[in-house]
Amino acid sequence: MLFQQIANGIATGAVYALTTLGLTMVYGVLRVLHVAHAGIYALGAYVGLVAFRFLESFWLSLLVAMVVCAAAGILVERFLYTPLLHLPRIVPLIGSIGLFIAMEEAFRIVAGPYALAYETEIRFLSLGLGPLRLTAPQSLIFTVTMLLLGLLWLLLSRSTLGLAMRATAMDADTTATFGVDTRLIVSLTFAIGSALAGAAGVLIGVYDNQVWPTMGSIPAYKCLAIVVLGGLGNIPGSVLASFLIGLAETLLIGVVAIPFPRDALAFVAMILVLMFRPRGLLGKG
Amino acid sequence: MLSGYLVTVLITIGIYIILALSLNLITGYAGQISLGHAAFMGIGAYTSALFYTKAGLGFWPSFLLAGLVAGLLGTILAIPCLRVREDFLAITTMGINFVVEATFLYIPFFGAGMGIGGIDLPHFFGQEISKSGYLALVVLVIGLMIALDRWLTRSWIGLAWAAIREDEEAAGAMGIDVVRFKVLAFALGSAGAGLAGSLYAHFLTFIMPVNFSFAQSMVILSMVVFGGIGTLRGPIVGAIVLGALPEISRPAMEYRTLVYGLLLLLLMRFQPGGILGEHSLLPRSWRKLCTAMQNGKTGQ
Repeated sequence: MLFQQIANGIATGAVYALTTLGLTMVYGVLRVLHVAHAGIYALGAYVGLVAFRFLESFWLSLLVAMVVCAAAGILVERFLYTPLLHLPRIVPLIGSIGLFIAMEEAFRIVAGPYALAYETEIRFLSLGLGPLRLTAPQSLIFTVTMLLLGLLWLLLSRSTLGLAMRATAMDADTTATFGVDTRLIVSLTFAIGSALAGAAGVLIGVYDNQVWPTMGSIPAYKCLAIVVLGGLGNIPGSVLASFLIGLAETLLIGVVAIPFPRDALAFVAMILVLMFRPRGLLGKG
Repeated sequence: MLSGYLVTVLITIGIYIILALSLNLITGYAGQISLGHAAFMGIGAYTSALFYTKAGLGFWPSFLLAGLVAGLLGTILAIPCLRVREDFLAITTMGINFVVEATFLYIPFFGAGMGIGGIDLPHFFGQEISKSGYLALVVLVIGLMIALDRWLTRSWIGLAWAAIREDEEAAGAMGIDVVRFKVLAFALGSAGAGLAGSLYAHFLTFIMPVNFSFAQSMVILSMVVFGGIGTLRGPIVGAIVLGALPEISRPAMEYRTLVYGLLLLLLMRFQPGGILGEHSLLPRSWRKLCTAMQNGKTGQ
């Protein structure tokens, strides 16, 4: 029972990590709270489902969903955020909320208000460590997440492109004076972050066996809390906070059974941490 | 005589005007982003409902206590908000909204998921007032809010808020007590939301946690930014237009939320100051028209 809950917590944390990574990367380069990120996540789930019905391959549909989401992310960045950067922070934030509402409604109108079944036979090995066993879908989520996190880490820390991305996040103006096309870097960051969100959407669709129009509602705001908890714009902090919240949710609610809504827990944790560390768990200063 | 339906719509819009004006104090004048205004509306509504149904107080004391309790809690909850800024503040206030809603939803004292029922319209000289009478009360509260708004913006408080909004460090360096004025903005804004919540509870006669969710906060904030944040006319017009929109577009019910989302998106993209903001297209063209007409007159 306990180990089963820990396994659930790890799977939940992995999906949070994939979703929040994109958010934190986007915040790093543009300093906008990208609420519509969860719209991209839901888009990924829908695209993944449609692609799966045509291609009948999970891995191919995952790839298609990531590519489509990357393109959508670039569109959002070019159309919505970049033109609004010089305005007060509330302007892109409200625009993003508007976009998110519109996206959810578009999914409902196009695909119908009901959940669509995501029927996949996943043949995947079941990972385990001692008494801790992950089911096949949980192993899949965990493996894909770790794989993508590893790739991202390699990209950011071992390549010139990653160096340019980190430099742009730190100080875009100075980076531009070194001959880096920071606009391109910002778009690329959006593309990568959105692709990760798309992958998270597909994984959740497979895990829950369904895709529904408002599936992004809770991640939209909970992931913001997790990002803040980890220290806005701090990538290792986001990953740490994602797994902490994933485990805390399943253990406190599932095992200790405290009478509290699961989805408000992240916010309580965030407010408590901000009282003592106003820049988040791993934030500087 | 106004029809019952129209009065109901007008009261709802009126309550939204109070909410938008009170949020405008915090976000518009003092420049502190709040994404959790509905939490204070909820605190007011629940305070009023509990005093009315459980403590047996009348409408008027419950109404005033609602404003007081919401103002006090707004002051207390402003303390974690003082430690954080801008984006952190936005998410902290959002978190407060989720936590407050969860408290109403999970604690049996607050009626949990069932909400609280049996809250009546106020009595006046021993008789329950009519819907039109209630509308008059709402309009009276709006009038008081407008007067407060005018007084604040013309006093030192308004100046101090503007200074903090434009540049917090500079305001502090000029000797403005930043903490005090920020807390004052949260206290006044939350008290206004509490009064609106009380009016809302006694009008609906039945309240549920979902009435005070984060989505409700977004509706209020949308009204403020739609009309023009930081102006007096903006939130009022925003509340009227967005409040009436669902009533006018009943046939297009299916696409209502889509239109709402797109409206916010396009407005922020092309008219970030709102339709009636200081530098927006409409007021600019209006001023141009006025000058042109004046020039025309003097030219003759």
